[in-house]
Amino acid sequence: MAVIKTEDLTYVYGEGTPFRKVAVDHVSLSVEEGEFIGVIGHTGSGKSTLIQHLNGLLKPTEGRVLIDGEELWADKARLQAIRFKVGLVFQYPEYQLFEETCYKDIAYGPKNMGLPENEIDRRVRETARLVGLSDDVLDKSPFELSGGQKRRVAIAGVMAMEPKVLILDEPASGLDPKGRSRILGLIREYHKEKKNTVMLVSHSMEDVAKHCSKILVMNKAKVFCYDTPAAVFGRAGELERIGLSVPQITRVFARLKAMGCRVDDDVYTVGYGREMLLGALSKQTANERESEA
Amino acid sequence: MLKDITIGQYFPGNSPIHRMDSRVKLVLTIAYIVLLFMADNIYGLLIGIAFTLLMYTISRIPPVMMLKSLKPIIPIILITSALNLFFIRSGEVLVKWKFITITREGVDTAVFMTVRIICLIVGTSLLTYTTSPIDLTDALERLLSPLKKLRVPVHELAMMMTIALRFIPTLIEETDKIMAAQKARGAQMETGSIMKRAKALVPVLIPLFVSSFRRAEELALAMECRCYHGGEGRTRMKQLKTSAVDYIAIAVMAVFIAGVVVVNHLTKGA
Ligand SMILES: Nc1ncnc2c1ncn2[C@@H]1O[C@H](COP(=O)(O)OP(=O)(O)OP(=O)(O)O)[C@@H](O)[C@H]1O
Ligand SMILES: [Mg+2]
Repeated sequence: MAVIKTEDLTYVYGEGTPFRKVAVDHVSLSVEEGEFIGVIGHTGSGKSTLIQHLNGLLKPTEGRVLIDGEELWADKARLQAIRFKVGLVFQYPEYQLFEETCYKDIAYGPKNMGLPENEIDRRVRETARLVGLSDDVLDKSPFELSGGQKRRVAIAGVMAMEPKVLILDEPASGLDPKGRSRILGLIREYHKEKKNTVMLVSHSMEDVAKHCSKILVMNKAKVFCYDTPAAVFGRAGELERIGLSVPQITRVFARLKAMGCRVDDDVYTVGYGREMLLGALSKQTANERESEA
Repeated sequence: MLKDITIGQYFPGNSPIHRMDSRVKLVLTIAYIVLLFMADNIYGLLIGIAFTLLMYTISRIPPVMMLKSLKPIIPIILITSALNLFFIRSGEVLVKWKFITITREGVDTAVFMTVRIICLIVGTSLLTYTTSPIDLTDALERLLSPLKKLRVPVHELAMMMTIALRFIPTLIEETDKIMAAQKARGAQMETGSIMKRAKALVPVLIPLFVSSFRRAEELALAMECRCYHGGEGRTRMKQLKTSAVDYIAIAVMAVFIAGVVVVNHLTKGA
């Protein structure tokens, strides 16, 4: 059964005012358990609005959202419980830190879930280890940390709730390249270890290409496509037309193929590209040797 | 929720009223209030109503906005009319039932007061509908600038007001965001006892304060970098200028005030 399902989900900001704006337009999708979904789209395409529906922060103007087969908003009293199933990390989550110590801040979510003290402690320590925060950082005030550290504390705060689905809105934005790959790495690590469903919103095709099982491309409030990375990047021309670029390495290979090299053009990670190139090269040398002999 | 609070109810537009000098608009609004208080009977107020309707028509503000401006003062209107209706005991008695007496004078006064309050609110709302808050503070600063001689920091006050107005929407947006983030972590802000809900606000208020301070610091730095050093010797990018529209508006106002004076006189003679 799909862990997340939306049916004709539509959301309109400022209904009945001159500033009316359809931010999500008849979006229907389903996410299976254990998947790693990448969500991409131009700025303003409705990604953030869409994901805020998935744990009941926004109420759909039209359509339905089902989590584990249970309809959100059918019973308002159940909303809280469903929110614990779908953890949402907002963009720039470090702005939500407020406790005296990082430990307490990470414990805020689990505490709201009403967990016993020892379970909270286990979860805080485990997620802190997962995101790479040492014990002495846990006792510091979150306001003393560096930007990247703050970000990791904030993400840990949601991970510690151990949601079935973890959704992150541009978790790497505003960080330097090292910080970026570190955050993305720890999310991948989390997915591997917990086998939970993860949804990652990002601007960067490269980030999404590397470890997603499926990619959702949003364009102007609508779903442009929702498919495997290979299928999505196969439509490079269309993607470019809506202002999104495929990963650089994919473009390199498309160009190589156009120039007559015998390579596939569904390459979207550098690692796979290297294998492909080496394979093609060794085949070529073998051929040359044959023709010499 | 929070988004529904409108602060600065400015309705952008390009009508003659929108184009008026904000200082003149402010002064004429005061004149309009004077007009309403000069009228000493319902016929004088009819002139006030006519003026209000005329201005709304010219400004092309949707008429529903008139009703909207009245919404918050409905209790005041009800209380005022009730007080006048039941507690004025002089004049011809219309109804007498147990301890309730309603007299003709009571009815007249109640109607008069209600119409006056409605005119007052609807008319003055037009000022905020057609003038952006920034223009309004500008006008206030200019009109109050004589007070500088008395060492009132007029410029600084106006600057503070401008900055505050500028940041209100930003703060609301930020509050919304932080509230959503904490709700996602299980904060209960809509259910539970008052104490519980008040406690749930702490995780919202602390980040909000932190970011406000950060923002204030950044803004101060940015202002200093651009050599801001208070109001002294500062010139303006947007000069306030009076033009033909303003003179016409002043003349129209004068005519209506004269009308009220005449009506007052006529009804007194009768
Ligand atoms: N609180 C709001 N009030 C009114 N309109 C909004 C609000 N939030 C977003 N919008 C509008 O809805 C549309 C979708 O916004 P959304 O934030 O979902 O886009 P996004 O895909 O997340 O963009 P980005 O990549 O920049 O984060 C935008 O056009 C935006 O202007
Ligand atoms: Mg966004």
